[in-house]
Amino acid sequence: MNTLNAPISPEFKLISDWITPNSRVLDLGCGDAKLLTHLIQTHKVTGYGMELDPDKNIQAIEAGINVIQSNLNNHDICEYFDEGSFDFVIMTQALQVVKRPDELLDDMLAVGKQSIITFPNFGHWRMRGQLLFRGRMPETSTLPYHWYDTPNIHMCTFNDFEDLCHSKGIEVMERAVVNSEHQSTLGMKIAPNLLGEVALYKVQKKSQL
Amino acid sequence: MNSTMNDHTEITQPQTLKVSTPLEMVSGAVLPEYELVYETYGKLNADASNAILVCHALSGDHHVSGVDADGKPGWWSGYIGPGKAIDTNQFFVVCSNNLGGCRGSTGPTSLNPETGQVYGPDFPIMTCRDWVNSQNELRKHLEIEQWAALVGGSMGGMQVLQWAIDYPDKLRHAVVIAAAPKLSAQNIAFNEVARRAIMSDPDFHDGRFIEAGTTPKQGLALARMLGHLTYLSDDMMGSKFGRELREDKLQYNYGVEFQVESYLRYQGEKFATKQNFDANTYLLMTKALDYFDPASEFDHDLSKALSQACAKFLVVSFTSDWRFSPARSHEIVKALLDNDADVSYAEISSEHGHDAFLLPNPHYQGVFKAYMQRVLNEIRPHNENRESVS
Repeated sequence: MNTLNAPISPEFKLISDWITPNSRVLDLGCGDAKLLTHLIQTHKVTGYGMELDPDKNIQAIEAGINVIQSNLNNHDICEYFDEGSFDFVIMTQALQVVKRPDELLDDMLAVGKQSIITFPNFGHWRMRGQLLFRGRMPETSTLPYHWYDTPNIHMCTFNDFEDLCHSKGIEVMERAVVNSEHQSTLGMKIAPNLLGEVALYKVQKKSQL
Repeated sequence: MNSTMNDHTEITQPQTLKVSTPLEMVSGAVLPEYELVYETYGKLNADASNAILVCHALSGDHHVSGVDADGKPGWWSGYIGPGKAIDTNQFFVVCSNNLGGCRGSTGPTSLNPETGQVYGPDFPIMTCRDWVNSQNELRKHLEIEQWAALVGGSMGGMQVLQWAIDYPDKLRHAVVIAAAPKLSAQNIAFNEVARRAIMSDPDFHDGRFIEAGTTPKQGLALARMLGHLTYLSDDMMGSKFGRELREDKLQYNYGVEFQVESYLRYQGEKFATKQNFDANTYLLMTKALDYFDPASEFDHDLSKALSQACAKFLVVSFTSDWRFSPARSHEIVKALLDNDADVSYAEISSEHGHDAFLLPNPHYQGVFKAYMQRVLNEIRPHNENRESVS
């Protein structure tokens, strides 16, 4: 499979910019391993993907990626990896589907020196608008589920996430926001929690400073 | 097994390799010479880079793919054959009957050259390492410098691990399916009950049953019934048999009343009579399983044991397998991750227990095929160059 010239999303492009070449990377919920493949080709990283979905697992193996089938809810990463095994632990668009995002964040920063996390922003004006004017749980193109069948069981806003980081002594090193087309606009920079649809964070433990 | 998985008809012919290099065994015994029976499928390419060795499980043999002279399909022909996960249009696949077996390779039913009698119980006890050493003689004979991959399920997976540790430069990929890095106390206990069943059969004659003109059929059948139980899952037995009766009402006697009893008896009987499995081989194979513990030479640290392995790994387990559960495969994966090894791991959702590694399953098939494609992709550039030269 030749993915060398496959276009990558602006979200993945932003993440790539935060990755140091030749670093060791763990990608949680790596899907078909597009991001890892890109990072291996452009940044010569090494490491592993973890993915629960059987079909995506097959795709990742087809792409030549080392993928460990694993459920992020089982604290598997601490079972498999020693402390500080990775330079970066990445998790894109999966924080909101796990049972305990707070515990997973701890695990990520145990096995990795830094973490890169992306998630949909529940504070976006469309969400707020649907709750305010329709009085119903929001359904958008980014989050197209009903309240009862959504896999996104722990939605949060940028502010919520940053509060969690603060309470855990986690330092936000970088933050970026994009819209559902994964583009970045000036408005999002001024009022990210209102206008940004997807949040990208690079974090590390404060004690490491 | 469905028909689409078993639709090829390559007629296979077993071959015999006579090895005259003495095999110095882990037990201290020496086998001065021995024969290995094996089958091959597909064609070895010009630079011998497409060879795969498949290692069989406890009651398996060298007939892993194709169809033998009696029309019997190979035991893994669902996954090995033209267009299958291990594509014999691309790979040269080799499978030998383990030494100590009863399907043609030298074993307890062979003649002991020193006494002129069958070995019977005197056949030296084998270990995984001895098997690997004997298979390495086959590798040399076939003039294969390095296997493209070693592949095995259950006891076969343990041999793959042993290969990766003992001959790290002789294989590029290791596929370890439904295996464990060593047997648990429970695993050993099941094996011991199976052995006691055989050895306490009056027809066992301390292992000299061939001379006595008999076979310990009852003991062997019991051992197989017990073994078979450990290959199935509770859920699967529940859905297949439940509490279904053979007659429509309870008989209140000790005959076969429940379907599951009838099924197990049939399996035991088939193994002991129709398949004519040798009881001494059964004892010997279960012992080799019990002894398998590659970490024991490395301070009981599996990570240390695997530190010398350079193969890339695919590890596969099945959710309902309680003989060698996913947790046992996790141990292998963890030890490989400790060494920053190239490893992929799949935990296949299946209700078929340990037997799942032989049965059709889309996820298993997809993972297996995708991984073998990766093995093939590493070979291809070589071949294309070679073909254009010739």
